[in-house]
Amino acid sequence: MRRPDRFVAGSFIVAILAAFGLFIVYLEGGQTQLEGALLFLTLGGIGAGLIVWAKTLMPQIVDETQSRHHAPVSEQDEEAAAETVLVGVDELKRRTFLSRLLIGAAGALGLAALFPIRSLGEVPGDTPFFTKWKRGSKLVDVEGNLVTTGTLKVDSFTTVFPEGSVGSADSQAVLIKVEPDLLQLPTDRAEGAPDGLVCYSKVCTHAGCPLGLYLAADHELRCPCHQSTFNVLNGAEPVYGPAPRPLPQLLIEVDDDGTLRAKGDFTEPVGPTFWNITDGRA
Amino acid sequence: MISKRLVEGVDERLDASSFIARNLKKVFPDHWSFMLGELALYSFILLILTGTFLALFYVASPEQTTYQGPYQPLQGQSVSLAYNSVLHLSFEVRAGLVMRQTHHWSALVFMAAIVAHMLRVFFTGAFRKPREMSWILGVGLVVSGIGAGFTGYSLPDDLLSGVGLRIAYSIAQSIPFVGNWLASVFFGGEFPGTALLPRLLALHIFIIPLAILGQMSAHLAIVWHQTHTQFKGPGRTNETVTGTPVWPKFALKSVGLGFVTFGVLTLLGGLFQINPVWFYGPYVPYSGPSPSQPDWYAGWLEGLLRLWPNWEFTIFGVSIGELFLPAIVVPGIMFTLLAAWPFLEARFSGDREWHNFAQKPREAPVRSALGAAAVALMVVLFLAGSNDVLAKYLQIEVDTFNTVLRWSTFVLPVVAGVATLLICRDLHDRPRHPIGRPEAMTVRRTTAGGFEELHEPRAGAEADDEVRSP
Repeated sequence: MRRPDRFVAGSFIVAILAAFGLFIVYLEGGQTQLEGALLFLTLGGIGAGLIVWAKTLMPQIVDETQSRHHAPVSEQDEEAAAETVLVGVDELKRRTFLSRLLIGAAGALGLAALFPIRSLGEVPGDTPFFTKWKRGSKLVDVEGNLVTTGTLKVDSFTTVFPEGSVGSADSQAVLIKVEPDLLQLPTDRAEGAPDGLVCYSKVCTHAGCPLGLYLAADHELRCPCHQSTFNVLNGAEPVYGPAPRPLPQLLIEVDDDGTLRAKGDFTEPVGPTFWNITDGRA
Repeated sequence: MISKRLVEGVDERLDASSFIARNLKKVFPDHWSFMLGELALYSFILLILTGTFLALFYVASPEQTTYQGPYQPLQGQSVSLAYNSVLHLSFEVRAGLVMRQTHHWSALVFMAAIVAHMLRVFFTGAFRKPREMSWILGVGLVVSGIGAGFTGYSLPDDLLSGVGLRIAYSIAQSIPFVGNWLASVFFGGEFPGTALLPRLLALHIFIIPLAILGQMSAHLAIVWHQTHTQFKGPGRTNETVTGTPVWPKFALKSVGLGFVTFGVLTLLGGLFQINPVWFYGPYVPYSGPSPSQPDWYAGWLEGLLRLWPNWEFTIFGVSIGELFLPAIVVPGIMFTLLAAWPFLEARFSGDREWHNFAQKPREAPVRSALGAAAVALMVVLFLAGSNDVLAKYLQIEVDTFNTVLRWSTFVLPVVAGVATLLICRDLHDRPRHPIGRPEAMTVRRTTAGGFEELHEPRAGAEADDEVRSP
C-alpha cells in the first residue's frame, strides 16, 4: 500500500480498536479519563482517516471554477417581483373596512395571548419592600441557634436570620461586633447597635450577591461578586465599587437574658434598586 | 448502501435529478479560516447529542433531599433534587461524567468558534452585500449561544450558578416599570422563587436550541444559495467561484473535520475537569463562592458590571438602578451596532456593490482599525470580569487594578485602532506583504570569491494583487 493508504487504513483500525476498548471500559464499570481518551481515538481516527483520504487519495477530483448562479437581478425583474407582491397587498387594501377589522382581530388575539404570562407567577405586590424581620424577631444563626451578646468577639461577624426563617434570601443579615467607640452612626441608628453589635442586610445593593467577606482591619464588608465595599462603622456607606446605596441596617436590642431581637424590619428595602424603590413602604 | 437503484428511486418520486446534480457538484473554496463556521456547527451537533443524554437524567426540581451518594464530603447534606441528579449523573451513571464534561467543553468551543468565525468574516469584509442577512443571523446566534450557555450552567443548582441567577434576577429587576414584575413572574415569586428550574430547563433544552437550529439552518441555506466568498487569485472573478466539489471530496473533508472536532471535545471532556459542581456545593442564598466567574463568553458582561461606576439616578420619580445601563442598555447598544454594521459600513463608504471576494484586512484600513479597537475593548472587559483573580495573580490591589482597567477601556481601543490603521495603510502601499512565504533563492560563488544571490519569483507570488476588487 502507498503511504497515504496506509495512514487511512491505520486510522480506521485505531478507531475500530478504540471503539472495542470503549465496550470493555464500559463493561468494567467505566472510567472517565479512559473513556475520553478512547473516544478521542475512535472519533479522531475516523476524522483523520476521512481528511487524509479526501486530501490525498482523490487526485482525479480537482478544483473547478463555476458560475455563482447568483447575481444582482435586473431592475425589471426586481420591479416585476415587487409588482407581484404589491398587487396582492393592494387587493387586500381595497377592502379597507375588512382589512382594518383583520388587523384589529390579529391585535386583539395578540393581546389575549399575553395574558397567560401572568399565570407564570406571583405579581410582586409589596414583597420587594419588606422582609421577614418583624419587631421582636429573635436573631438566630445559620444553624437556628439564638444569637446573644456573647456570641461574637470584637472584629468577628456572623450571618443571622429572623427566628423561624433560616435561609430566607431577602432576610439574611450580617451581624458584626466592633469597638462601640468606633461607630459613627446617627443617634436614631446608634441605639439599634448595642455594645458595638451592628447588623446590616447581607444582600448587596449592587446586584444582590451575599456579602461574604469582612475585612476586619478596615471594618469593611466586601462583595465577592463585583467588589462593592461598605464601611460598617458609618451606616454601611459604599466606599468602593459599583454599589450605589448603603446597606439597609437592622436595628436591634438586647433582651434581659442577653438574646438579641430586631426592633423592626430593615431601615430601607433590601437589595438592588428597582424603579419604584423610593415609593417606600406606604 | 448508496446504489444506483436507490438514487433513481428517490429521483423518480421527487423529480430531484437536476437538484442532486447541481448541488453535489457545487464547489466550495478552500481556506483554513473557512473551517471556523464548520467547527461551530459540529460543536453544536455534539451539544445536541451529549445534551440529550444529560436530559434523560436531570431532575428540574428545587425540592430538598438529603444527599446519600458516593461523594463523601456532601453526604448527609441537604441538597435540591436538581443538584442531586447532577451528582448522580456525574458519579454513579456510567459514562455520565464524560458526557457532562464534553457537553460543557463543547459549549465553550461552540462559542469560541462562532466568535472566531465572526472575526474572520468581519476582517475580510465577507459580510458585505449580498451577505448581510447571514451576518445578522450570526449575531443572533451569538446572543442565543450566550443564552444557551447561561441557562445551561444555571441548571445544576450549585452555589456558583445560584449567584449567577441572583445577579440575573437583579438585572431583570432594574428594568423601569416592569422589572419587579418580570423577575417575580419568571422566577415564580421573590428570589429565589419556586418555579425557576423547570423554566430554565424548557429554555435550555427546547426554546433556545430550537432558535439556534432555525437561525443556523437559515444561515447555512443562505450560504449555500449565495455561494461562499473567496480570496482573490489567478483566474478568479467576482462572478465565479473556484473550489472543491461537494461530493465526495469536500463532504469527506468536512465530515472528517467534524469527527476530529468530536474527538478533541470528548478528549477534553474525559481528561480536563470542568464545572466541578461538587466543589462549589449546593446553592444556599446566604453564601457565595469567591472568586466567582461566569463562562468565558459572558466574561465581558461581567467585566462591564465590575467596571461601571456606581451611578444611579431618578427620572420623573422613576429610579434607574445601577445595573440597568451596564447590564441592559450598553450590551443592547453593542449588539445592535454589531448587527447593523454591514449597513453602517455601506452607508459611510457609499459602497453598495455586490462583493463575492473576501478582502484582506489591509484593503479596508478603517474597518480593520475599528474592528481592532472593538476587540481591544472586549479584551479589557473580559479581563475585568476576572479582576479579583488577576489582581491576586499579579499581586496588586483590586482597586489599583480596576483603575488601570478603567483607563484601559478608553486608551487601549484607541491605541489598537490607530496602530491597526497605520499598519494597514503601510501594508496597502507596499506591493507585497513583508511576511510572506520564503522565496526560492540561489546563492552562487563568483569567480572573485564573493557570493551573489539570485532571487527567483515565487510561483503565484503576484497572485495576491493580480486581481483587484472589481
